[in-house]
Amino acid sequence: MQYGYYPGCSLERNAGAYHDSTMAVAGVLGLQFTEVDDWNCCGATEFFSVHQMQAYALTGRNLALAADQFAPKAALPVIPVEAAETPQLVAPCSACYLNLSKVDRYLASSPELAAKVNTALDAGGLHYDPGSLRVRHLLDVVVNDAGYDAIAARVQRALTGLRVAPYYGCLVVRPGFQGQFDDPEYPTTLDKLMRVLGAKVVDFPLKAHCCGGHMTQISEDVALELLRRLLKNAAEYQADVIVTLCPMCQLNLDVFQSAVNRRFGTNFNLPVLFFTQLMGLAFGLAPERLGIGKEFVASRPALAKIGTSGEVEQERAVGKRAKRRNDQSLPMPYMPEEEER
Amino acid sequence: MSASKKPARGSVFFHEVVGATAVDPHLEACLQCGTCGGSCPSGNDMEHTPRTLFAMIAAGMRETVLRSNTPWYCVSCYYCTERCPQEVHITDVMYTLKRLAIKEGFSRQSSAAQAPAFSETFMEHVERYGRSFELGLITRYFLRHRPLDTVKIAPIGAGMLRRKRFDLTPRKIRQIDQLQAILARADELERSP
Repeated sequence: MQYGYYPGCSLERNAGAYHDSTMAVAGVLGLQFTEVDDWNCCGATEFFSVHQMQAYALTGRNLALAADQFAPKAALPVIPVEAAETPQLVAPCSACYLNLSKVDRYLASSPELAAKVNTALDAGGLHYDPGSLRVRHLLDVVVNDAGYDAIAARVQRALTGLRVAPYYGCLVVRPGFQGQFDDPEYPTTLDKLMRVLGAKVVDFPLKAHCCGGHMTQISEDVALELLRRLLKNAAEYQADVIVTLCPMCQLNLDVFQSAVNRRFGTNFNLPVLFFTQLMGLAFGLAPERLGIGKEFVASRPALAKIGTSGEVEQERAVGKRAKRRNDQSLPMPYMPEEEER
Repeated sequence: MSASKKPARGSVFFHEVVGATAVDPHLEACLQCGTCGGSCPSGNDMEHTPRTLFAMIAAGMRETVLRSNTPWYCVSCYYCTERCPQEVHITDVMYTLKRLAIKEGFSRQSSAAQAPAFSETFMEHVERYGRSFELGLITRYFLRHRPLDTVKIAPIGAGMLRRKRFDLTPRKIRQIDQLQAILARADELERSP
């Protein structure tokens, strides 16, 4: 299966582990990702706060470039172009996914706005017809196009015994500008994916709550409290690792975890990994290829549970864990048909 | 742009907010139920909940609204937008209020005075290189706007560099001239709609 791929700025460096593991996993699953040539930043949540037209034009350029690059080529005159499928653009980052799908949808709903954005794009010799691309998040493509069965068939080293808290954050499941592939408040696709890999998925009621996004840079009072809630929730359900699908969520939960501990006197020690990293491990790929080890809170002690490599076994004894809560205290909702997978 | 199509009800400020939002946010449909504030992760730290703010917009309390820290504490998580029974595009309204507050210079005096500086510094880098440059963004933002906090953020920066999670130099896109031309035209359109 062929897809356009929009990595976004984070995946170039701070979330390089997400990019590397995505490429490795896509290779195993036969998903072909071709990067949009010369893409620019999506504007994250910053451009819309300052300059509306520039925000639309910025994402408009990405859409125009991608639509042009991945347009179905009418190589055979017999097949009319309309019959060809709308090219798909995959974004692994929540904010990029949101901006690309939002701008496409808004341009489609407002011809007036579309005309303005195209006037701006025209200054660079570009044009975008709304609806020319179907924007999708990486998780959607992995679970729905590759599919759980194909993923299960590739598992060589099941994540047995690893307790995983699946964290979706906000923008992938809401607001679904181009349709929702999962429930906006209590999503389960990532849960199922982790179960297919053999992991024990813990219940995580705050799984679709916000990590605070850029607030770690603006107001620590707001950001650290949001992060504390998430970490406390995952720790209470005795997660070994939080798994995420967004570079911003990973950065906040991982890099600012020590700041949370300092401020609230807690001792959270929860590694935060991308779902593609755990997929790669389950597929038997080397941790080095998946960017394991770039996180601030080391994941090796937790990963020793699944025995990813010889040297990590030794770290098992060293690994400290936050104080665990009595398992009998909270009755959990149970989904028997999914447990059986 | 949609303000002219609306029947003449609501304050002048209400129409200003709706008119400054590119896609109609359906703000007139707000029925003051408070689902937005109840769903908001940073609602506790806001001077006014979104519901209160919308009532104030309808009442024409322009300066109080634009001085409120509420839009700046919006984390753009779309929880309110998802749950709003009237499908008000609440997040978009918050973006509009941020822009109006910057335009009026009110944002500098609110309790979230650092937020616009962060957004603007982020934009400067994207306009120059086409992509975000995290090391430059954090360095410039902290040195210029929060010099006393630089000590706090420095260990994080060092940790990012040690793990090779920061680039030392920005990555410039090939057709930066094209992007800058597009952004300049967008700026003209914004100024003279």
